[in-house]
Amino acid sequence: MANVALFGNPNVGKSVLFGCLTGSYVTVSNYPGTTVEVSRGSLRAGGNLYEVIDTPGLYSIYPITEEERVALRILTEGRPDVIVQVMDAKNIERMLPLTFQLMESGVPLVLVLNMIDEADQNGISIDVERLTELLGVRVATTVAINGQGIDRLIGLIRSAMHESASRGKKPMELPPYSDSRMHVWHERARVIARQVCRKSGARHGMSRLDRVLMSPLTGMPILAAVVYFGLYLFVGVLGAGVVVDLLEGAYTDYLNPFIENVVSATVPWPALRGLFAGEYGIFTLGVRYAVAIIMPIVAFYFFVFALLEDSGYLPRLGFLLDRAFKRIGLSGRAIIPMVLGLGCVSMATMVTRTLPTRRERIIATFLLALCIPCAAQTGVIMGLLAVRPHVLAAWAFIIISIFMAVGMLGAKIIPGARPTFLLEVPPMRMPQMRNVFVKTGARVAWYFKEVVPLFALASALIWLGQVTGAFDLLVRAMSAPLSLMGLPDSAATAFIFGFFRRDYGAAGLYDLNRQGVFDANQLLVAAVVLTLFLPCITQFIITLKERGWKIGVALSLFILMFSFVTGVALNGLLVIAHIKL
Amino acid sequence: MNVSEEAEEILEILWIAYEETNSAHLRLSQLRTMPELPVLRELIDAGVLTHAHGDDFVTLTEHGMHEARDAIRRHRLSERLLTDILSVKKDLIHETACQFEHHLHRGVDTNICTLLGHPQVCPHGKPIPPGRCCEEGREMVARAIAPLASLKPGEHGEVVYLHTTDPRRAQMLVTMGVAPGTEITLLSGYPSYLFQIGEGQFAVDRQVAMEIHVRLER
Repeated sequence: MANVALFGNPNVGKSVLFGCLTGSYVTVSNYPGTTVEVSRGSLRAGGNLYEVIDTPGLYSIYPITEEERVALRILTEGRPDVIVQVMDAKNIERMLPLTFQLMESGVPLVLVLNMIDEADQNGISIDVERLTELLGVRVATTVAINGQGIDRLIGLIRSAMHESASRGKKPMELPPYSDSRMHVWHERARVIARQVCRKSGARHGMSRLDRVLMSPLTGMPILAAVVYFGLYLFVGVLGAGVVVDLLEGAYTDYLNPFIENVVSATVPWPALRGLFAGEYGIFTLGVRYAVAIIMPIVAFYFFVFALLEDSGYLPRLGFLLDRAFKRIGLSGRAIIPMVLGLGCVSMATMVTRTLPTRRERIIATFLLALCIPCAAQTGVIMGLLAVRPHVLAAWAFIIISIFMAVGMLGAKIIPGARPTFLLEVPPMRMPQMRNVFVKTGARVAWYFKEVVPLFALASALIWLGQVTGAFDLLVRAMSAPLSLMGLPDSAATAFIFGFFRRDYGAAGLYDLNRQGVFDANQLLVAAVVLTLFLPCITQFIITLKERGWKIGVALSLFILMFSFVTGVALNGLLVIAHIKL
Repeated sequence: MNVSEEAEEILEILWIAYEETNSAHLRLSQLRTMPELPVLRELIDAGVLTHAHGDDFVTLTEHGMHEARDAIRRHRLSERLLTDILSVKKDLIHETACQFEHHLHRGVDTNICTLLGHPQVCPHGKPIPPGRCCEEGREMVARAIAPLASLKPGEHGEVVYLHTTDPRRAQMLVTMGVAPGTEITLLSGYPSYLFQIGEGQFAVDRQVAMEIHVRLER
């Protein structure tokens, strides 16, 4: 099938355009580096079927970050039949050098001036005919978020396809990087931009909103407010508290008895009944955890996160926090994977691709795996500790201290240069509610696909363990390390769940706590240890894929040891200091 | 110290040899230009060199080291001035600088250095030895070129050159559009640096903001 690949600078709307052309949704946001993977879809135009490829943003054909490399590979190895370069219509001069570079490939090119409405609003008018003439390529103007100009673009893609077919594929040789060549491209861009762009009205520097968001005096209180209202009140109190209580209550009171009845009526062997219903049954425990505890919390978090993403707040946060992040060997750019990690650590580990150096990627992966609890876990812990605010505060204090201490240590130990902070800051935009809901839905669905099979598997294994007696053996084996941490034997189940996923372990904790097996001290120790615990199998696999098996295995072993030692030390401290929370 | 122009050229060559070998003990036959005898005599008389008769080696005295360093500083500052401010063509820079540098005595070099924003390298990437003015960050004459980090929010100008310690970072900046010749405006300088190029805004840290050199427009 003939294919067309979308290329362009970060945050110009490639993924939105991909959605317009193919009708399939990929995550879109308002910050550079949302797309880190290649997506493929199909476009039907005039009786032909074309494959459309969406790529991560790239500034030039000389890649710096991993995701740029991913994009370039589509050009050099994938050899598309047609290139569509998407450009921000407001920034033609800055983005034209990439056009010249892509033209070096010899592949027919269609240029898209996207966000032409924003250019209009900023008083920039563009002479498209003149631009077409000067560049010798097809030029379309679009507003991808509302589908404007797409039909004409599809027409241009078709005509470029004809040209491509008649030309045939030639070997592709991209010129190596040189300052002088870059200089020529920039000069040419300047000359062309001067001829086709008309600007009326003065340039506006920082908007009033940016002045408030990006000055520490006002920006830090705003950050605190975002955390308090968005994370604590909305996700913690409303999502993890009210909604989970409601769903959990309904599930245990109404659904579980019903499941028990159905299972005992249809499954004749009592031993097998335990697989589906009962204490660790797939439906009575596995699915209950997923649907009634994890889902509402994750959905609430991803909703808040989508709002933050689409507004353009995150790069501004990077601007504010770069200095603090430098202390832990990262730059302000790392704010995006870190905040995403508060949602799902696995997704965030993939996004560490956007960090420019290997050192930053290792530190970020490590901190994500060790100290950043995912939404489900944070939510459960908040729900668990909300009735004892001082324990919640102690938990937060301990985790943040470990985050900083381990980060600073990592920055010292791991060799490499100080990170560079360089991040494009897009304008603040009003989030489109439709996109916020679609994106939240897509992420929750993704999360679910990851979680439910594992929950089922865990339930099945535990059932098998119970039938064979291995489970009791395991629980007994864990009683020694647990007692070192001052925890009761019954906590073993939560930790066994934790090996599958740490949010699953937190859900187990939630369940145990309802049965009143913990005092406040034990609750704190258990919450801290499970937060530091190995995240989940998905995260482990992604770490292996992104960082290699050596780092993946070393990280996991370290985390396992570290979480246990921290638990023992914390318990020891509480006992020695006679602290009763 | 007042020496002839020829002697000053030799001083520069001696400094370059010192930079390469990191030793004050230099082999005459390996210098880029062999000094003529009268010039050598002049330098020895001025207390710059010691030279045993018939030997291939000369040794820079402490005083000589100082003089050589100043000579190269004047030469490279001249190159910077000719490139950044006077837009002299690249292939003429070295030659013109050789004539220009002799006029940079008695504090003129300090003023030029300040005017150029205390540059650290010449256009060829060779280090310019810092003068007292660089350490003090003096600004007695108005600056014409300054690192982006020293601009006040709202000030703007044209990017003249990037001086990065890491070539990858220069490449990163250039591909993002921060290339020589581009209009740039500083929007904010705290807690990080925010600048605008065209309609695009970028956030960078202090290190990067120190590496972008801007010709100020008033």
